[in-house]
Amino acid sequence: MNSQDAARFQDMGILPTQASSGAAQVDLLALAMLIFCALVLLAVFGLVLWFSWRYRAGSSVKRKPLSSERKQTAMEMIWAGGLFIVFMGFFYWGVDVYVQMYQQPDEDLTIEVVGKQWMWKLEHPNGAREIDTLHVPVNRKVRLNINSQDVIHSFYVPAFRIKKDAVPGMTTSIWFEPTEIGTYHLFCAEYCGTNHSHMRGQVIVMSQQDYSDWLTANGHEQTAALDGAQLFRTYGCSGCHIGSSVVDAPVLAGIYGRVVPLADGTTIIADEAYIRDSILHPHKDIVAGYKPVMPSFEGRMSEADLQKIIAYIRSLEPGDWQLERHGGNP
Amino acid sequence: MTTASESRPQPAEQFDDLKQQFHADHMGMWIFLSTELMLFGAVFMGFAINRYLHPDAFAAAAGHLDLTMSSINTAVLFSSGFTMALAEQAVGEQRRRLGLGLLGTTIVLGLVFLAIKGYVYYQEMLEGLMPLPWLQFTYDGPSPDQAELFFNFYYILTGMHAFHMLVGVGAICIVLMLGWRRNNPASWVRQVKIVGMYWAFVDIVWVFVFTATFLLRA
Amino acid sequence: MSAVVPTPPASHYLNPPWGLKSWLLTTDHKRIAWLYVISLSGFFFLGGIAALLIRLELLSPPTDFLTEDFYNKMFSLHGIVMVWFFLIPSIPATMGNFLVPLMVGARDMAFPRLNLLSWYIYTIGGLLLIASVVLGGVDTGWTFYTPFSSQYSNSFVVPAAMGVFVVGFSTILTGLNIVTTTHEMRAPGLTWFRLPMFVWGNYSVSLLMVLATPVLTAVLLLIALERMLDLGIFNPALGGDPILFQHLFWFYSHPAVYMMILPAMGVVSEIIACFTRRPLFAYKSMALSILAIVLFGFLAWGHHMFVSGQSIHAGAVFSLFTFMVAVPSAIKVFNWVMSLKEGYIQFTAPMLYALSFLGLFTIGGLTGVVTATIGLDVHVHDTYFVIAHFHYIMVGASVTAYLGGLHFWWPKMTGRMYPERWAIVAAVALFIGFNLTFFPQFLLGIAGMPRRYASYPEEFQFLNVMSSLGAGVLAIGYLLPLVYLPWSLVRGKRAPSNPWRATGLEWQTTSPPPVHNFKVTPVVTGPAYDYR
Repeated sequence: MNSQDAARFQDMGILPTQASSGAAQVDLLALAMLIFCALVLLAVFGLVLWFSWRYRAGSSVKRKPLSSERKQTAMEMIWAGGLFIVFMGFFYWGVDVYVQMYQQPDEDLTIEVVGKQWMWKLEHPNGAREIDTLHVPVNRKVRLNINSQDVIHSFYVPAFRIKKDAVPGMTTSIWFEPTEIGTYHLFCAEYCGTNHSHMRGQVIVMSQQDYSDWLTANGHEQTAALDGAQLFRTYGCSGCHIGSSVVDAPVLAGIYGRVVPLADGTTIIADEAYIRDSILHPHKDIVAGYKPVMPSFEGRMSEADLQKIIAYIRSLEPGDWQLERHGGNP
Repeated sequence: MTTASESRPQPAEQFDDLKQQFHADHMGMWIFLSTELMLFGAVFMGFAINRYLHPDAFAAAAGHLDLTMSSINTAVLFSSGFTMALAEQAVGEQRRRLGLGLLGTTIVLGLVFLAIKGYVYYQEMLEGLMPLPWLQFTYDGPSPDQAELFFNFYYILTGMHAFHMLVGVGAICIVLMLGWRRNNPASWVRQVKIVGMYWAFVDIVWVFVFTATFLLRA
Repeated sequence: MSAVVPTPPASHYLNPPWGLKSWLLTTDHKRIAWLYVISLSGFFFLGGIAALLIRLELLSPPTDFLTEDFYNKMFSLHGIVMVWFFLIPSIPATMGNFLVPLMVGARDMAFPRLNLLSWYIYTIGGLLLIASVVLGGVDTGWTFYTPFSSQYSNSFVVPAAMGVFVVGFSTILTGLNIVTTTHEMRAPGLTWFRLPMFVWGNYSVSLLMVLATPVLTAVLLLIALERMLDLGIFNPALGGDPILFQHLFWFYSHPAVYMMILPAMGVVSEIIACFTRRPLFAYKSMALSILAIVLFGFLAWGHHMFVSGQSIHAGAVFSLFTFMVAVPSAIKVFNWVMSLKEGYIQFTAPMLYALSFLGLFTIGGLTGVVTATIGLDVHVHDTYFVIAHFHYIMVGASVTAYLGGLHFWWPKMTGRMYPERWAIVAAVALFIGFNLTFFPQFLLGIAGMPRRYASYPEEFQFLNVMSSLGAGVLAIGYLLPLVYLPWSLVRGKRAPSNPWRATGLEWQTTSPPPVHNFKVTPVVTGPAYDYR
């Protein structure tokens, strides 16, 4: 499978693409608001500039006597009353859009979302799990049930114009119906600690056929990575590779697919075979700058576990471990 | 400065006259009490929301508190409020000795309140209800987590109140001293009134603390 | 103006003694104002350095200049310092302190010793904050959201929260002093509707300070206790509620935004009236709309939680109240604009600052209407759109007004004129630099860039670079006054009592004013802004 470096995000430019049925409604409201703001801004700036020129201290234009307090208040009431009516219009419209955004329709599928420092765990109805990447079918109403394991996060997909906080101890929910096939940004929008800005992912909108294919084929891979994360600790790999102990071991986050310089001056691409070799025969290709202290796991690790750990290392992104290495929370 | 100022009471230099100073001090105290109200209000709001979320656990937990001792304490505090009001009256009527005596009584009653409060805290600590890091929380009722939350609110509310009591007792001690040394009899009336307002507020807060934590029980 | 060089008054508050003791133990509101000006300037530049580091990091998409951890500590420091140690006390504690007694014709604040105490409390709070930075900093953001701040952050949350906790008492005491002074110490004839708008602004902000700050005090106390004793009030695992924190925090912090803007509105009203040589348009509704903002400001806090999981109904109600706050603000803008009409406008540096304020406040206010529209807010919530919006209000409007006011009253405060040309350069640099810095951030927010991001996707780079470059221009606008204002203390021309021919009691006494402000208590016989 093509990993994240090949992902091409569709939402470039100032306005993110409209990729959901709700996005168009939000954008229409935004356009109306933009026109309103532009008119007011033009009026204020225009008047300030015009008055500044016309009534500058040196100008000889005749000044009318000031209008009475009554007349001034009347003018003001007209301005305030007019604005109030416009505001109430926007208020109503805004609430309308908001209610549609959060009110639950009859959804076609529900995805369980769990935010955790600093990743999104997603689970599909058939039990397929994935991290930081959400695959969804186009033109289907998708409901998200959002939870958090630790602090508050916020699930934000600009292309869908949706955002909802993930609050520990509480399930929040939002829905969307993607309308455009493509890959879109997924952000954590609520500050959640050190690697908040790395808590990013993608939403991949696929055709319905592709989605069901994906569910059967790829859901498994991601599950393996989750188990692998557990095994990575059980086998003690994390002690040196993540922990800040005396032993200095290379950081593995984001290593998959990269070019690695070796101690003998050559380089090697960190593909699956290399990772497997490094676990079973650690003394074969030593990474430049490190001592050959890692024990071999040949015979100590089952093939199934090995695959899961490799899947886990493949799933890691650069920066995934940063906090843990710099004295973060357990 | 001059001999005139010794014979006739003078306001502080920023004021025109004593009346203005009295009004300003009065108003300052009212504003201060309104901030105090918001301070307690915020914590009460937190308590109210949690009580609404876990009504049964909170009511059950409230049953573990010592109602008898606290009722006695309430009586003690109200008596101190009464003696303080009498003190204001006496000082206003220029009856200095009576005023001093009543202020002294108020201090003693305030200290009795704090002593009983301390005893109650001590009992609760022995029971294992206090959220201290070196203590194990022990509670035999239903939903202990939520009960612990109740006790934590209880300690925050009563603790904040006790702190205000301490400040109040200290303030009364100061006005007692000022009255004792007779350095400015005209200001003394004002000072006693201002401190009296504070003491009344501390009394009233206790009514709410007492109701919320002790009386709303199963 | 006459060619006569004014001679300084024989006796004024800046006369010796000049020793450290005469400043640190002074109860003169004018000297205390200076203590604040100096300490606030220090914190402003501390916050500014943090902002500089943030903008440097954001020049490129990956986290390369700083580490994530350091970046987070920088934006937290920036927020905490700017909000509590600069913006909230900025105008009330400096110019408010100096001018409110002068403007109401009083000899001093009602409680001079409390006034000095409030500066000491401010200093202690500041030292606690600096201690938290020296120990290793705090990474919760200025909002201290639970449960991150109460359970998960590994930084020095308690000292920082205690610093803010302590400084809150300073805010309360300043507010208490200003409210009491305005109520009880007005000169004969100075009725409520004859008060200068500056007094109205500071009076209403003081109401907010005394009523809202204690809620912050309570919530910070809870955070500290929660961290030290693990109370569980904000911990869902123990039955607590992390959202409760947000309600309490924003109940304070939304009015806090008005604490920053209301005195700025007062400053600008004074400057505009003076340099148009005209009474303010619709004075009464100016004053009443300030009070309306105070009232509705207390009811709009929930708009910070539109996506946090509060109910749809709550969201709708808070959206409504937010629109309600916008109406009095719009009235004020209308009045300022109309005040220019039929005037004799002089484009002095303070006036340029005031006009910048008008433009920036309008942009900030309109984008506030965007975020009040709840359906739109969901998209821009917690993005750079919000960052840009509140910087337009809190920096664009408030700091501009602060500088404008400082220039306008500089002759009164120091007895010296500032160099006009340099001041105009600074004012223009500020306006241009500000827009270059923050306008791109609106676009970033619409494009979807979340706030508090140390690294970001590549497509956001262009706008981020623009913003960082604009910050360079903005810095010129801030640094210039730091040079020429102190210079003018020594080399500036002597200022006459009333260099702007302005109305207002503060201009009727000498520059600088005598220790007790007025030789005789003034009597007021006419309305404010009695120009022509």
